[in-house]
Amino acid sequence: MPVEQRPPDVPAGWDLPPAPGGRETPGGDRPWPTAEAYELVVNGETREVTGGWVGESLLFVLRERLGLPGAKNACEQGECGSCSVLLDGVVVCACCVLGADAAGAEVTTVEGLTSSGAAADVQAALVGAGGVQCGFCTPGFVVAITDLLARSPDATELEVREALSGNLCRCTGYGRILEAVSEVQAERRMAGGPG
Amino acid sequence: MARDNVVAGATSAPPGEATGTATATVAPRVGDDAPRPDGIPKATGRFAFSSDLWIDGMLWGRTLRSPHPAARVRSIDVAPALALPGVWAVLTAADVPGRPTFGLEVPDQPVLAGDVVRYHGEPVAAVAADHPETARAAAEAVIVDYEPLTPLVDPAAALGSPPIHPDGNLFRHLPIRHGDPGATGTVVVEGEYEVGMQDQAFLGPESGLAVPADDGGVDLYVATQWLHVDRDQVAASLGLPVERVRLHLAGVGGAFGGREDVSLQIHLCLLALRTGRPVKMVYSRDESFFGHVHRHPARMWYRHHATAEGDLVKIEARILLDGGAYLSSSNAVISNAACFAPGPYRVPNAVIDGYVVRTNNPPCGAMRGFGSVQVCYGHEAQMDKLAAAIGVDPVALRARNALHRGDRLVTGQVLTGAVPVREVIRAAAARPLPAPADPDGPVIARPGGAGLTADPEDITRGVGFALSIKNVAYSEGYDDYATARLRLEAGAGGEPVATVVVATAEVGQGFVTLAGQIVGEELGVERVVLAPAGTAEVGSAGSSSASRQTWVSGGALQLACAAVRAELVSRAASKWACPTDAVEVSPGALRRSDTLERAGWAELLHPPIEVEEVYHHRPTRALDADGQGDAHLAMMFAAHRAVVDVDRGLGLVRVVQVATGQDVGRALNPLQVTGQIEGGIAQGVGLAVMEEIVLDTGRVRNPSFTDYLIPTTLDMPVVDAVLVQEPEPGAPYGAKGVGEPPAISSGPAVLAAIRDATGLPLSRVPVRPADIALADPSG
Repeated sequence: MPVEQRPPDVPAGWDLPPAPGGRETPGGDRPWPTAEAYELVVNGETREVTGGWVGESLLFVLRERLGLPGAKNACEQGECGSCSVLLDGVVVCACCVLGADAAGAEVTTVEGLTSSGAAADVQAALVGAGGVQCGFCTPGFVVAITDLLARSPDATELEVREALSGNLCRCTGYGRILEAVSEVQAERRMAGGPG
Repeated sequence: MARDNVVAGATSAPPGEATGTATATVAPRVGDDAPRPDGIPKATGRFAFSSDLWIDGMLWGRTLRSPHPAARVRSIDVAPALALPGVWAVLTAADVPGRPTFGLEVPDQPVLAGDVVRYHGEPVAAVAADHPETARAAAEAVIVDYEPLTPLVDPAAALGSPPIHPDGNLFRHLPIRHGDPGATGTVVVEGEYEVGMQDQAFLGPESGLAVPADDGGVDLYVATQWLHVDRDQVAASLGLPVERVRLHLAGVGGAFGGREDVSLQIHLCLLALRTGRPVKMVYSRDESFFGHVHRHPARMWYRHHATAEGDLVKIEARILLDGGAYLSSSNAVISNAACFAPGPYRVPNAVIDGYVVRTNNPPCGAMRGFGSVQVCYGHEAQMDKLAAAIGVDPVALRARNALHRGDRLVTGQVLTGAVPVREVIRAAAARPLPAPADPDGPVIARPGGAGLTADPEDITRGVGFALSIKNVAYSEGYDDYATARLRLEAGAGGEPVATVVVATAEVGQGFVTLAGQIVGEELGVERVVLAPAGTAEVGSAGSSSASRQTWVSGGALQLACAAVRAELVSRAASKWACPTDAVEVSPGALRRSDTLERAGWAELLHPPIEVEEVYHHRPTRALDADGQGDAHLAMMFAAHRAVVDVDRGLGLVRVVQVATGQDVGRALNPLQVTGQIEGGIAQGVGLAVMEEIVLDTGRVRNPSFTDYLIPTTLDMPVVDAVLVQEPEPGAPYGAKGVGEPPAISSGPAVLAAIRDATGLPLSRVPVRPADIALADPSG
């Protein structure tokens, strides 16, 4: 018998392949109420969500239906910030928003911040300063830091600590993450950015 | 954070030996602050964690767990669950085709509970359905008829109670008798100490994807610390040969010991094989608290004897660890606790008894620091008590009794490696103290932060100091090895490309970075590809635990590099028909020393060179009936000095600064070492002031990040770390492990600082506000 090869949808290495969107639960009776079809504007693109349980969180919809796993699922009760996304420009925990409640809203995920380049310096600094270990919290920090520095480019260290206190990290003790934030602040000041 | 280096003792040249003449290579080298190769994928959300996996047609798994800490299971009715649309399988103990139990050392834990459950959260049934909400509903629909029993929850009562498991209630009693048990000192101090149950709280939940294979076996993509030992346990319970169970490492979101035991691995494979469909399972945070072992809670009694001048004469200690319902790695944890009960001090006489027992509390096992953490709270409090009794400075008392190279542990083992205990003390003690609290500073910087906030005039500052000792790698005769395969071939442009194949679990610690540095150091190769880690691809690397992978997997990869180099030389010698010692190697090139003929590596890489090497560290030995023997490979040491602000009235603590000196042997990647130190200190601070799994008669009351608090950016102090570098003889590149020490003595230093600030005896961690605010001031 030939040994089963790694299925094509399972990533072989570190990079996720482009995930198929529009994943649907197979048809049939359900022991739960189905949501009506609705649309989300995710990273500038209109996406339709069909056939889901009405109770699916925005996090579940992004990760499991739209193929955007960048927002993470560490606690799914709004305590850890690993699922941070921008909802109409405001940082939220995607686990605490119903997907159907976000219908029509603009959602920006870490994938969106990556493709627009808005977080490029934050991402590079987190890696360069040693702020990434297991990396599970990292996308949430990228979203939160990018948002913070857009609103408050000259935040003091204590203000940064307060602003990021909703993002848990279990590996780094935050030292290298805070260092990365201060490096980005310094670089942006050198580049003549705001502040 | 300041990050200084001090070099202690004689520095020998690292054994990396010359990689030939320095040519223009930018390959990362050992000692560089090389960035993580997986850093950008992680920071952009592209990195595939185990919970991110997805495959067409997959089902969702779910576990049903016991709500009781002890109960007889009279019956289980799965029919209502199976009747729900979208449910594919509901499995119970009767559906386990192979060995019904599993376990790291002894298979004493049921895959699914049979006629009895022994802890709150024990798995009883496993469900697969086409949507996670369907799976949840199905698990809820299973009807289990329990007859609750009175749980055994007091570890002190375990030995006198009827056995709650066929293997009995005692996991291990480890006595250590060293020197003269009747020796006495002129100064005697005594104390009892207690440590609560800590959770690893890695952020990436337990998760995986099992895919049934054409050969009747299964492929499991999973986050774990040790692929091969998982595979063996899965295969045994599936009743399959190990070749047909292939484990593949999926992205791991932290581990800290909590992924050393099997959690969902067997359940997932059972469901996939039963349904013939791929099955994914992701624990919720709540389930994660039930799904892995925790740090053992400890009760400790100590009596220290010393001379009037402060030289330790004898240590007596009794240590009781609560192992919970199943064995896990308890036997090794109690070994560390007993062996390192004195701390890093010279103790000529010792009478130590370590016990770890079975109860109906959640199972306990590996967590960063592994037995050394619990006893550190005891031995360090005792050293402070002793200093007070004698009237000497507590740091000076530690330095006076510090271990040196050539001293014996209480196990009789002579320390032959690097023992820079005084150097770590000096390094930590020399760091500047933080500025006094600013009464007009921001409210958020005070104890309590933004919420319940201290008045500046009620804040007292305290300083505490603590030392730790921990072994590297596995002990007591375990054959602790790692395997590495290395392939060297010519890339499209003729450049050498090295592919590293190891089963080393990258859990965040940065072995992937180090692998590139080692290949860069040894061969000068820039392009290093890390192949996916899997059991079918390469032999075991052992566990990513015990601070061992840099040493053991690093050693295997270093050997593989040497073998590749030897093969290159051999091929060149054949080509030139010359002896091998006439061939000189430099990155990318070879030269014949007598004729000065040259060849590029690319010419010699058809076929590619492929080698596999296994690294075994120096053998260790079992402990005898008196706990004597050369049981350990090498020791790591650390010193921590903590500064805290405490509001005595409100019982609030803010940890202001932790300074540390850490014995690292040699820092192979100082940036990553710093990250390990800061992260380990966070977990130490957490245990000291906030982290505890709260049990109520065996039931877990706080399985969430709402109720189980881990340090945030506002809780973490400034860390001021000094890397003390004295190369460890016999270790690849002289490097010791670095992951565990920062999690050991940081917490005891914080506790000592709180005692200093409050004058309270505080002998239990975590310290709660009520322990301070409501303490009886008369003591």
